[in-house]
Amino acid sequence: MPGMDNGTERDAGHRPEVLVEAVGLTRVYGRVPAVSDVSFVIRRGEVLGFLGPNGAGKTTTMQMLSGNLAPTSGRVLIGGHDMMSEPKRAKAALGYLPEIPPLYRELTVDEYLDYCAALHRVPRPDRTRLRERAKARCGLSEVGKRLTANLSKGYQQRVGLAQAILHEPPVVILDEPTIGLDPIQIREVRRLIRDLGREHAVILSTHILPEVQASCDRVQIIHKGRLILSETIGDLERRSQSRVLMVAFHRAPDTARIAELAGVQSVTSMGDHRLRLFHDPDQDPTEALMRLSMTEDWGLREVTPETSSLENLFVELTGEQSANP
Amino acid sequence: MIRTIAWREFRSLFLSPLAFVILAVTQLILARLFLAHVNLFLMVESRLPTLPNPPGLTTLVAAPLLGNVGVLLLLIIAPLATMRLVADERHNKTLPLLFSAPISMRDIVLGKYLGVLGFFLVITALALAMPLALLIGGHLDFGMLACGLLGLVLLAAALAAVGLFVSTLTQYPAVAVMGTFGILFLLWILGYANSGHGLGRRIVATLSIVDHYEPFLRGLFSTANVVYYLVLTLTCLLFAVRKLESERVGA
Repeated sequence: MPGMDNGTERDAGHRPEVLVEAVGLTRVYGRVPAVSDVSFVIRRGEVLGFLGPNGAGKTTTMQMLSGNLAPTSGRVLIGGHDMMSEPKRAKAALGYLPEIPPLYRELTVDEYLDYCAALHRVPRPDRTRLRERAKARCGLSEVGKRLTANLSKGYQQRVGLAQAILHEPPVVILDEPTIGLDPIQIREVRRLIRDLGREHAVILSTHILPEVQASCDRVQIIHKGRLILSETIGDLERRSQSRVLMVAFHRAPDTARIAELAGVQSVTSMGDHRLRLFHDPDQDPTEALMRLSMTEDWGLREVTPETSSLENLFVELTGEQSANP
Repeated sequence: MIRTIAWREFRSLFLSPLAFVILAVTQLILARLFLAHVNLFLMVESRLPTLPNPPGLTTLVAAPLLGNVGVLLLLIIAPLATMRLVADERHNKTLPLLFSAPISMRDIVLGKYLGVLGFFLVITALALAMPLALLIGGHLDFGMLACGLLGLVLLAAALAAVGLFVSTLTQYPAVAVMGTFGILFLLWILGYANSGHGLGRRIVATLSIVDHYEPFLRGLFSTANVVYYLVLTLTCLLFAVRKLESERVGA
């Protein structure tokens, strides 16, 4: 369904196949909607970041995508198979790392991964090869013989990650994949996610903005169960680059005159003699504006540069005083 | 796929000390009871030939022992061995692994069920070794023994199913133990609380889990008793599948 797509237009006409399609996903707990009307698609070769403050509905969405939770309404298609009507086929195409890695404490890493491979119907002759490959990719080669219960949190997280990519599924769903990892491990995992994103469709949830910038192609911001933004990382960064000035005057200025200033992209009136100036990042019109205000006697009383970092953008979009980066 | 889950369940039991402790303690208790049965047999042996239809080793030793195995399974082993099946997975948040794998809920339940049933069969086999040892000096009625064994396996099958179902209801293994114990114990004492008469008495007797077991031990095969255990087993398994399905749909 190409109409559902909200990705970039640059490779329109010859796009990779859609691997995940969520249509109007809604999940209601009692009377409280945890997720309402969330729709998106993910194509092969794409890493989608699912960003939102804690409790925004990220995990609920991940659980619905992975078949752990039935949506109240809407549907999920994985690799073209409906999660409700063809669960086995849909699940065969996905690997899922839940919020808490699902480890059996009494098994060693190797035993555990072999069991996961069997659950995903990996033919017996391939199991050792795939297990070793997943271990190497997640930095687990040294700990194969250790019990998962005795591993540190970071290693347990990596075992969970290895389990999700072990059977080389086309779709990888990662719920907070870097939680509990140290900075070096985080970098490795991000590299791994980028790597996976080349041949698979990856969806990861996080409440950490730099994580999305570091490893995703596209970002979706979810807040109070609704998608409030969906765009490419490039667009997002461009958005955060264009600087904004808030200016206030004593007497109403002629906005057309201000818009003529060099570097000013647009001007919007905020009422109460306040204006919002969007300008090129490398051309600050503050000085020209002050000079113009002097000659026109507008009574400039305030100039505040708005640094539109991703954090600010996030706060702005979610309308929260304290976002939780 | 069922086999994969069953095998892991079976192995996991033996990766914790619980299975070994259960096996050791059970075997110790059964050995003591076995010796008591043998002792009784030796005491009455000399007078047996005078009876018109003298009971043999099978009736006086093997059958009571199988009865003891049944009681131990019912009261202690089944609640303990089944408590972790689903409750533990829920507690440790490992269920998503099974739920996101291409396996049906039915296969998950059957796998877990067969895994624990395998453990019960190990207990049964170890217990059976004792009466079989009597073959060195005596002889057994194999038809009667087989009938008793069938009864025990059917009983074990039902106990495992009840325990598995109760384990799907909670995330605390301790709650599952108590729940299973309560249900099984009530089903057991129904047979003793047969004070009433008429229809009520018959209904109670029909539900009693032990009343259906004893005829097998006496060598009496009846389809009604087989059906009782099969119905109990299938009902509990179906409930377990339903419970897990409903978890996905969510309350």
